Amino acid sequence: MQVSMTVNGEEVTREIEGRLLLVHFLRDHLRLTGTHWGCDTSNCGTCVVWLDGEPVKSCTVLAAMAGGHEVRTVEGLEQNGELDPVQRGFVECHGLQCGFCTPGMMMTARALLDRNPDPSDTEIREAISGQICRCTGYATIVRSVRWAAAEEAGTRTSLETQATSGSAS
Amino acid sequence: MQVPAPFEYQRVGSVSEAVALLDRLGDTARLVAGGHSLIPMMKLRLANFEYLIDINDLHDELGYVRVEPGLIRIGAMTRHRELLESDELAAAFPVFRDAERVIADPVVRNRGTLGGSLCQADPSEDLSAVCTTLDASCVIQGMDGERVVSMEDFHRGPYETAVGDAEILTEVRIPVRPNGSSAYEKVERRAGDWAVVSAGAAVWLDGDGLIADARVGLAAVGPNTAGIPGIADALRGRHPTEELYGRAGDIAAEACSPVTDRRGSAEYKRHLARELTVRVLRRAVARIDGQEV
Repeated sequence: MQVSMTVNGEEVTREIEGRLLLVHFLRDHLRLTGTHWGCDTSNCGTCVVWLDGEPVKSCTVLAAMAGGHEVRTVEGLEQNGELDPVQRGFVECHGLQCGFCTPGMMMTARALLDRNPDPSDTEIREAISGQICRCTGYATIVRSVRWAAAEEAGTRTSLETQATSGSAS
Repeated sequence: MQVPAPFEYQRVGSVSEAVALLDRLGDTARLVAGGHSLIPMMKLRLANFEYLIDINDLHDELGYVRVEPGLIRIGAMTRHRELLESDELAAAFPVFRDAERVIADPVVRNRGTLGGSLCQADPSEDLSAVCTTLDASCVIQGMDGERVVSMEDFHRGPYETAVGDAEILTEVRIPVRPNGSSAYEKVERRAGDWAVVSAGAAVWLDGDGLIADARVGLAAVGPNTAGIPGIADALRGRHPTEELYGRAGDIAAEACSPVTDRRGSAEYKRHLARELTVRVLRRAVARIDGQEV
């Protein structure tokens, strides 16, 4: 069967089998190997990508089900050559050791911050509770997400300040 | 690598289209909603179908929580996350939010649906216990129109429901009765796991503070997720007390039939059935009194 979807803003069309899982479509057919394939049982969360803006476990979604929808992978976090604040947070705060869980963790973190720009540690832990870091580096992952939130708050504050001073003058 | 056996993928855009296609394909076809129970079973080849009919496009038609006088209607395609975040649902039935907080994990909850959970009919599944607790009824649509069945009639046994080969579950209806509340508790080995044991309770009080009605639903303690009528009989017309909750817990422990597995011994699960029944009854009554618990 033929499937078409938007992946990181780009329209793609491929001939696939109905049983092909989204994670294998992304990795093997599109060569977007940033999305990792881990437990294969929707437990580990390293395969998390966005489907219409919501994080999903791509080992448990058929590629066919994503047809006509928008998919965003870890490759799509970077915008115009600039790393996303979440990616920078992981760099700054040592958010990864082996790196295997990192793509899924960052996709979930980005979705969390889009909905809740100032999450508590508990909210961050809750958001990533369906994802496993086998290096057990959870503390630094939480710190990385917090760093990104603070970074974005700083950006927002300066923008707001500019807007306020702009309207006042 | 776990990959499902080959099948033909179909997609439908309306309930009537789904029913017509099912009618044509018979038992060689299966509907898939969120897919987070069905696809893992297909990957393990425990479930194999010639045709898989994707009904995710029905979310617009069947994804809703509608509050009406005396009744809440929930569309079968309403996703776990939507159930968790619905303030109206939580206000009427706190048991839903209690349960949704501990069903799988946030990412899985983005995808899984109410209808998919009930139709999977896993004996360890939490929403079946919630709907049993709340005396819900299920609306099933077929070629000849719709029929409404109680949860007792809906759930036929493990992985078996009243939904026929050419039918689709479209809605769950829950009666809203005055002066009641509800609660859910689950013991799991780790975050997001299936229950070792779960229990839900709903209690309604009369004007004198006596129990007008009470229902308890258990999960993961045997093939049957039906309510336990003995508990309602023991509680009705009495003052809610710790002693009474204990008696209800004893009935729950006796009524269930857990098996020893990796999640725990039958004895331990029986203990949990008793203890969780006591806790959810206590919490449901406290909530009627307006306590935040």
